[in-house]
Amino acid sequence: MAQPRVILEVRGVVNRFGSQVVHDGLDMTVYEQDVFAIVGASGAGKSVLLRTILGLQQPSAGRVLIGGRDLAQLSNGELRSVKAQYGATFQSGALYSSLTVLQNVQFPMIEHLELPPAALAELGMLKIRLVGLPADAAGKYPAQLSGGMVKRVALARALALDPQLLFLDEPTSGLDPISAAAFDELVGHLHQQLQLTVVMITHDLDTIFHNCNRVGVIVDRRMEEDTLARIVEHKHPWIQAYFHGERARAREHADGA
Amino acid sequence: MTELGRHVVRVTDDTRAGLAFLGRVALVTASAATSWRRLRPTAIVRHVYDTGVTAIPIVALIAFLISVVLAYLGAQQLQRFGAEIFVVDLVTIGVLRELGVLLTAIVVAGRSGSAFAAEIGAMELNEEVDALYATGVDPYELLVLPRILGLVIALPLLAVIADVIGLAGGALLCRLLLDIPITQFVDRVSESISDTTFWVGVIKAPVFAVLIGLAGTYRGLQVQGSSRELGRLTTEAVVQSIFMVILADALFAVLFMKMGI
Repeated sequence: MAQPRVILEVRGVVNRFGSQVVHDGLDMTVYEQDVFAIVGASGAGKSVLLRTILGLQQPSAGRVLIGGRDLAQLSNGELRSVKAQYGATFQSGALYSSLTVLQNVQFPMIEHLELPPAALAELGMLKIRLVGLPADAAGKYPAQLSGGMVKRVALARALALDPQLLFLDEPTSGLDPISAAAFDELVGHLHQQLQLTVVMITHDLDTIFHNCNRVGVIVDRRMEEDTLARIVEHKHPWIQAYFHGERARAREHADGA
Repeated sequence: MTELGRHVVRVTDDTRAGLAFLGRVALVTASAATSWRRLRPTAIVRHVYDTGVTAIPIVALIAFLISVVLAYLGAQQLQRFGAEIFVVDLVTIGVLRELGVLLTAIVVAGRSGSAFAAEIGAMELNEEVDALYATGVDPYELLVLPRILGLVIALPLLAVIADVIGLAGGALLCRLLLDIPITQFVDRVSESISDTTFWVGVIKAPVFAVLIGLAGTYRGLQVQGSSRELGRLTTEAVVQSIFMVILADALFAVLFMKMGI
């Protein structure tokens, strides 16, 4: 099989806040159609890394390339078109609180595409159904939604422009195990149906084993990345503890039973 | 001594960040001005409504009360000289040149300066501002500019309303307290004002609007991390916008005096 195309590259990124160095020469490579999990201890800089990739945080050094284009070298217009190629969800959902669910999902379409109102309404509803939300959720405001629904709406909004690349920040955190499993199912389904490349920050071992084919672990301010099968065998003590610790063992027992 | 040094550093940083903010607003204004769509007329209309239309009752009430106070004070003093008729001049010039627009701006700074900071700050806390960036939408274009432009439209209109209500209040009090008939009041008003009196007041309104809008949105975007920050910066936004409005008013007074208006 030919080497798949690289869709996202992070090269030698350094993030420094005052005297605190979060990343020191971090590299990361995501291939097309990967489901890539970013793992790391609290405070290891997972969110900072995602913010750097999304262009919300200027790295002190290093480069981020999406589809082979260096984000730092693009003009505003080009950056806008690159941003239309990916979708992102945030930890808290970050739904626009003054807009309804449907308007939230339509917002990126209104900003980037010229669509007649009828098509806009239809596309918005399509995305809402795609993430498994009932049609009557469309008119609700974010404050009226449950945590699981907020995550789904955020996902629908991230998918609004049919991106090739999807970023998820802790998609299953704060969900009960059943909703979390359903969300994993949904992401896996979308990955297969829409040929999406997914990059997610997660703590959830179930999510990793259910969906992800490659994992990058942030340890010692750098990233150790490999396929899931091989990263599990990595010698680094934190990675060993993560995949073979108390909780992971409980999981293996449950699977074996 | 260290405390003083820290304070100086803080003030310098704040000034630099403020200037950077101003620069970005100017850039976004220039680029958004090229297309009607990017000026976001619907958002502007909404902010004109929120900051203007809904403020009419309170602005009218305050204008009425302040002109009553002014007329009453004037009447008390001027009656001793038998110069009651000059109460009309006092009310007219006081309201049109200074008090109408100044009080309106202060009320709006309290209402809308705080609302701007709190709205944008809450969006910042909820990562909505980050989500905008990630969608490729400039929050300055979507959140900052429509608010400032909406206020630039609303505040002069509010000032005109305050002027009208203020004069009406003055007329009413002159009628009740000094037995000056309304017709005589109106005659006296047109004698006492020059061509510029009204405009000297209203011209200040857009400037005040920009100051209030900038302070509110700037502090809102600074919110990071906690709701305590949100409260602190909202307070800051109100205090600063009122301070800047009064400072600008003083500068206007000096300017108009030099110009001999």
